[in-house]
Amino acid sequence: MFLTFITFLPIIGALFLAFFPKENEGAIKQTALAVAAADFLLSLFLWTNFDSSTHKMQFELNTSWIESWGINYHIGLDGISLLLYVMTTFLTLICVIASWDVKKHIREYMMAMLALSTGMLGVFISLDLFIFYVFWEFQLVPMYIIVGVWGGPRRIYAAVKFFIYTAVGSLLMLVAIIWIYFHVKETTGVATADILFITDNISAPLDIQKWLWMAFFLAFAIKVPMFPFHTWLPDAHVEAPTAGSVILAGVLLKMGTYGFLRFNLPFFPQASYDFMPFVAWLSIIGIVYGALVSMVQEDLKKLVAYSSVSHLGFVMLGIFALNEYGIQGALIQNINHGISTGALFLLVGVIYDRRHTRLIKEFGGLSKQMPVYAVCFMIVALSSIGLPGMNGFVGEFLVLLGIFQVNGLWAACATSGVILAACYILWMFQRVMFLELNNPKNMELKDLNVRELITVIPLLVLIFWIGLYPKPFMKTFDASVNHLVSRVSPDNFRPTKDHQEDGGHHASLMTKTELAKLSQRLQKTSHN
Amino acid sequence: MEPINAPESIDLIALAPVLVLSVFAMGVLVLDLWAGKNKTLLMFISLVGLLMTAISAFAKHPLPAFAFTGSYIVDHLSIFFICIFTLSSALTILLSFEYNERKGIKAGEYYALILLCTVGMIILASSTDLIMIFLGIEIVSICLYVLAGFRRDDPVSNEAALKYFLLGAFATGFLLYGMTLIYGSTGSTNLFKIAEFIKAEGAQSNPLILMGIVLLVIGFGFKVAAVPFHMWAPDVYHGSPTPVTAFMAVGPKAAAFAAFFRVFTEAIPDMSLSWEILLCIIAVLSMFVGNLGAIMQTNIKRMLAFSSISHAGYLLIAVIAKSSLAGSGLLFYMLAYAFTTFGAFGIIILLGKKEKDNLEFENYSGLAYKHPILALSMTVFLLSLGGLPPFAGFVAKFYIFSAAIEEGFVTLVVIAVLNSAISFYYYLKVVVFMYMKEPNREFQISLTPMTLFVVIVGIIGTVELGIFPDPIIALTNLQ
Repeated sequence: MFLTFITFLPIIGALFLAFFPKENEGAIKQTALAVAAADFLLSLFLWTNFDSSTHKMQFELNTSWIESWGINYHIGLDGISLLLYVMTTFLTLICVIASWDVKKHIREYMMAMLALSTGMLGVFISLDLFIFYVFWEFQLVPMYIIVGVWGGPRRIYAAVKFFIYTAVGSLLMLVAIIWIYFHVKETTGVATADILFITDNISAPLDIQKWLWMAFFLAFAIKVPMFPFHTWLPDAHVEAPTAGSVILAGVLLKMGTYGFLRFNLPFFPQASYDFMPFVAWLSIIGIVYGALVSMVQEDLKKLVAYSSVSHLGFVMLGIFALNEYGIQGALIQNINHGISTGALFLLVGVIYDRRHTRLIKEFGGLSKQMPVYAVCFMIVALSSIGLPGMNGFVGEFLVLLGIFQVNGLWAACATSGVILAACYILWMFQRVMFLELNNPKNMELKDLNVRELITVIPLLVLIFWIGLYPKPFMKTFDASVNHLVSRVSPDNFRPTKDHQEDGGHHASLMTKTELAKLSQRLQKTSHN
Repeated sequence: MEPINAPESIDLIALAPVLVLSVFAMGVLVLDLWAGKNKTLLMFISLVGLLMTAISAFAKHPLPAFAFTGSYIVDHLSIFFICIFTLSSALTILLSFEYNERKGIKAGEYYALILLCTVGMIILASSTDLIMIFLGIEIVSICLYVLAGFRRDDPVSNEAALKYFLLGAFATGFLLYGMTLIYGSTGSTNLFKIAEFIKAEGAQSNPLILMGIVLLVIGFGFKVAAVPFHMWAPDVYHGSPTPVTAFMAVGPKAAAFAAFFRVFTEAIPDMSLSWEILLCIIAVLSMFVGNLGAIMQTNIKRMLAFSSISHAGYLLIAVIAKSSLAGSGLLFYMLAYAFTTFGAFGIIILLGKKEKDNLEFENYSGLAYKHPILALSMTVFLLSLGGLPPFAGFVAKFYIFSAAIEEGFVTLVVIAVLNSAISFYYYLKVVVFMYMKEPNREFQISLTPMTLFVVIVGIIGTVELGIFPDPIIALTNLQ
């Protein structure tokens, strides 16, 4: 019940806000802040009460919802979802503070923000395919409204594009969900959409597994977004208001990567293994392409948006390394990206509020005028590059370690992304912060005010915390990752075991002795 | 047709809904003589009549029961449909009262026609005989021809009525011809006997029956406005008085689908191999033409007309799947569609004025900031029509798609979900106007109580069926 309460608290707050008179802006903002803060604190309470020694679901609640179809209101958290859950409440709080100066329709804005929060939280706790889908689609509406009403000049185009793109992917996933529902009903005799039950009992033949995998893949790949499904992202980011961008980068994209970990991998381990090179190459293309495109952007927000494509490529690569390091790295990189990119969007928002432009060439020499801002920006930029001692390094390092065990070439290609990241971020930093302060419009700029500092400083703290002492974070999902890896590890599908009929074509390429050697080597490396 | 032998075989209890409603319809007609200009009494009596009809539908036990020597059935499907019909007619009457006053439509027979039309729908949903089906369709259609043209001084309304009448009469001809061909080759008009004949004689590839089926599909296709027999729908929807448009989109369509489903699953299921592909093509065409057509529209009534064409496409999937789960899905879908459609039309009527209907999207600009609750309700209705959770439309689509996937029609469902994605585009277009454009006019909306009541019923239904659908799903279960 506690988890349900935390999840629905924001939307209850949103409904409550509806009764406030429109003119009473102060009370509206304070109430929204109170709800978001309460939600964040309560979710911290979840984290402290979380038992990280087990992969089992915790804070579970399982009651019947649509009895005729065997659909339950089944929710719970494990190590994989817990951190994302806490990050969602955290970023919601930051976003409410960051939106303090929204001028237009503040009540509706805060309502949409809080409703969005419930939608996102619901996605992470759902343990039933049906309610997962309900939350997954539901959160589209408030985000659509946020981009469409409070966004930039091309906001309507961006909002509709965002909505339709996501809808196409997720509707195909719906078909797969229904198929799985009937398949499980047929094979086990139980009509259920329970994710845990399905994980244990799904046994589709490989060719069908691949179709289902692709249906889920499309939904999540659009959300992540992976190359070549990323085209909605720059539009949505550029047009969204600052807080919208933060949430979009910080949480919405993570729903895609979360989907891979919760559905694609455990439901279809064999298909995931077979599609590994495909996903890896798409991720690598995404990493390099995102970085190269970032480099030539003139708009700061677009630059950060394309850098997201690049960073999320790392996350995907880590997930599809299908080993412990990779998935751990992906999870920590998920959090890192939320923090760093969220902070970057906040900081870009700060100068956009002052200058109403985001074009790099309009700036230059800002460090003289806004020293505190420049320092914050520097830290965030370096964390985004992955400088050791900051959070980005931990994630990228683990991901590269994981993928190196699978394929050295992939690791080498992906590493180029790290170098390119340094190029586009530092170059941008140089053009905005250093050089001569010769644009008269920039002479009058004020440094960060207290409210803006309040939004940025917690993120800076996290950047160093994860960078220097990531253990509390890593420990949270350790057991869950181990459990997941034991299920999806490629060793299960190498044709030495009982899977000869499924993976016969591999057997012809590798003799058994070669395989034994290989697995020995693998074990050695993972022990090291 | 079997000869009707003895009058005592007519079961009055089973026929109660038809009888009750007919009596009330006549009563309203007669009372109109004394009612004068104030039609409140007529409206009230009509509502009571509909309520009594809904109650009397539950009078017969045990189910299924037959009347008229097996040509009229009382079963789960028909009772549920009667509830949908009475609900939609009641909502239509509530919507009409203030609308008619505003538009100066003073005729009392308006209510009688809606009641009679409902009688036709009940017959249509309860008949297990081709002749009865024809009778039902004729009653429904003739009432609708008149209702469509009820704004006599408005040329658009006249055009709607005439167009509907000419094309409708033509389609009825096809339907009748199809029935005669089937009767000629099987020797019966009773659905069960036709099925028996086909099974016993192995007449699955009898060309005359096949021809009859094609003609039936044309006739039914016209009534449910499926592509390529949809040409009347946009103009008729646009021209008819708005409450009548809402009525047409729900009641008669549901009735036609009830008969459609019954004929194809009871009489000719053994020939499904031949009609499946035909219906698949029609369903796919309906979805695409409906959705792509709706994208082009700037008038909300025309947009909803095209969207109702696409909904006919989704509903056809239920007929194609033809399992009992599909039948249940059909019931749920129609109920969800009724709530959503009436709610949406309620808001359209609220936004209209005496001299101007305000049907263009432009007229909705900035509604969210003048009347946030209305705009939010409209958003809920539109998203529900598009099939977004957690609203009724989603559960309904889920139901029908499930039935189809269980029967193995995965490709069809994939096409349907892609169409849902297309449909979001035009539903969201209205949301764009309401939320993302600045108001360009003063909204002087008089929140008339009865219309508002319909909107509230629509919201409650749409949200209830979306969030707690279990009780209704349990009721729709046909097994």
